[in-house]
Amino acid sequence: MEKRVVFHGKLLPFLLLAPQLLVTLIFFYLPAGQAVWQSFLVQDAFGLSTEFVWFENYQILFSKADYYRTMLTTAIFSSLVAFFSLSIALLFAVQADKHIKFATGYKTLLIWPYAVAPAIAGVLWLFMFQPSLGLVSQSIRAAGFEWNPLLNQNHAMALVVMAATWKQISYNFLFFLAGLQAIPKSVIEAAAIDGATPMRRFWTIIFPLLSPTTFFLLVVNIVYVFFDTFGIIDAATQGGPAKGTETLVYKVFSDGKSGGDLGGSAAQSVVLMVIVIALTAIQFRYVERKVQY
Amino acid sequence: MSDVRLEGVRKVYAGGVEAVKGVSLDIADGQFCVLVGPSGCGKSTLLRMVAGLETISGGTCAIDGRVVNEIEPAERDIAMVFQNYALYPHMSVYDNMAYGLRNRGTPKDEIDARVKEAARILEVEPFLQRKPKALSGGQRQRVAMGRAIVRKPKVFLFDEPLSNLDAKLRIQMRVEIKKLQRALKTTSIYVTHDQLEAMTLADQLVVMNKGQVEQAGAPLELYEKPQTVFVAGFIGAPPMNLVTVPESGLPGLTLPERPPGPVVLGVRPEHLHEDGASPFGLAIEIVVTAVEAVGAETYLYGALNGDGPELIVRVAGRATHVPGQRLTATAAPDQLHFFNPQTGKRIG
Repeated sequence: MEKRVVFHGKLLPFLLLAPQLLVTLIFFYLPAGQAVWQSFLVQDAFGLSTEFVWFENYQILFSKADYYRTMLTTAIFSSLVAFFSLSIALLFAVQADKHIKFATGYKTLLIWPYAVAPAIAGVLWLFMFQPSLGLVSQSIRAAGFEWNPLLNQNHAMALVVMAATWKQISYNFLFFLAGLQAIPKSVIEAAAIDGATPMRRFWTIIFPLLSPTTFFLLVVNIVYVFFDTFGIIDAATQGGPAKGTETLVYKVFSDGKSGGDLGGSAAQSVVLMVIVIALTAIQFRYVERKVQY
Repeated sequence: MSDVRLEGVRKVYAGGVEAVKGVSLDIADGQFCVLVGPSGCGKSTLLRMVAGLETISGGTCAIDGRVVNEIEPAERDIAMVFQNYALYPHMSVYDNMAYGLRNRGTPKDEIDARVKEAARILEVEPFLQRKPKALSGGQRQRVAMGRAIVRKPKVFLFDEPLSNLDAKLRIQMRVEIKKLQRALKTTSIYVTHDQLEAMTLADQLVVMNKGQVEQAGAPLELYEKPQTVFVAGFIGAPPMNLVTVPESGLPGLTLPERPPGPVVLGVRPEHLHEDGASPFGLAIEIVVTAVEAVGAETYLYGALNGDGPELIVRVAGRATHVPGQRLTATAAPDQLHFFNPQTGKRIG
């Protein structure tokens, strides 16, 4: 016997699915397809002639050392942002879960950064850390540290990592807090009676039970760092100094728009798409297995 | 030796609500003490204070002669079984039971021996490698008990451990808990709202109401000599008939010997007899309104003199009574309970 409810008629389900499918088609598959197509083309500087060159754009891309350097920069940038935004958010969430008294105010304050647009966040941090005028830089300099993100690549990297992390903490915090509140209180109490210190309780009970949330956030954060941090980098460092903070997505933009190499930048965006799809697939396939539900 | 002694224990919440209003109890070593009462009476709060999961606002709690008010739950040497079992969902049954021992740095081979012994006693050996979600409710309950007994604590605390089980399993587990406690001789405090569970398990039965102890003692002592109207109505199923009788008496109710003034008269359904052969202390005339046959016995619901308060009479076996029928039931003088209607306290 059929246990599910089966609706006959084909029209209604298609109609109900149509808006979503249409949006996906127009705003994802169409541009993605166009990018793939464009990555096989070479255009002259004035856009007058276009030539189909097969994989030449890719060949050029992978033969250049600076592309690998950008990949390395992206890897460093994304691991730092993902690590710091996840761990700091978790720390905040654990604290918010404890002190219920001021929790509402605390939570509201923590959620605000999420409402700030990436470009604005970038400018905000740029101002604060601007070497000669920035409020924070002045105190850093006063402390005797030669802070200059405009000249020093490591300083610039630190700046964008801080800005991107700060932006993402709110989002991660919300999910971690919800995850923490979903853990039955009696389980924690049982562990306390079982003689586990608060630290041990966290690592042996709370952290494993949070792993579905952590896993979900890891995927979301990686995608965030790969794409959505564009605004921050553009506003704060523009990929500089000397391309020290140029991530893959920023290179797509600078090569395509400023460099005028549409074919090469299309090839880059295809590569970027493949990397993100692959990373997500790997995460689901291997990390999810170890996740405790 | 590990007795539990509570002296004037109080719990006041931040909002000023007083959940427990000065409870004093002596629980002897090896005794099975059951706290029973309606929901919100403070029994669970009291248990959680003994466990150390709630702070004690006033009074002292001593385990084994040591005041534990300021001592962490882990240091009190107690084990607790929770209503929802509170098993660690990401650990196997084995790890669930071993967790408390590992935290205390017990040697590995001793952990193994103790877990296996507990698993044998509780018959969960086949499931040791499974996760809690792969177990039935009764099996989870056993694992939760196993987690308590491997530690060999001074005191077991049970917080309504059987209320998530179905009726049949509940009776079975009730018997097993009793046997287990007898075998281990560990002092136990058990919280329940089920008076039958309370009666059958307890060495010392403590009836609580509104944050206070109404009466504490042996179960049958509470049944035979309830000290307050509340205890009288709470212990026993079906509950004791309680009728407020004014000085002038009630129509349909004959009461040759009674304390002066208005009283609350209590008589259990099982002590009312239709034949009335024994020397009676009470005779009532009721009109049957409903008949409940449960097999071994029949409960007759009736109104005193047709329009008075409702009373229940227990008749052994099958009854031939029909609604609308008039009957006279009597009770022996020593089966009657009298309470002060103002204070609710027992008279005599």
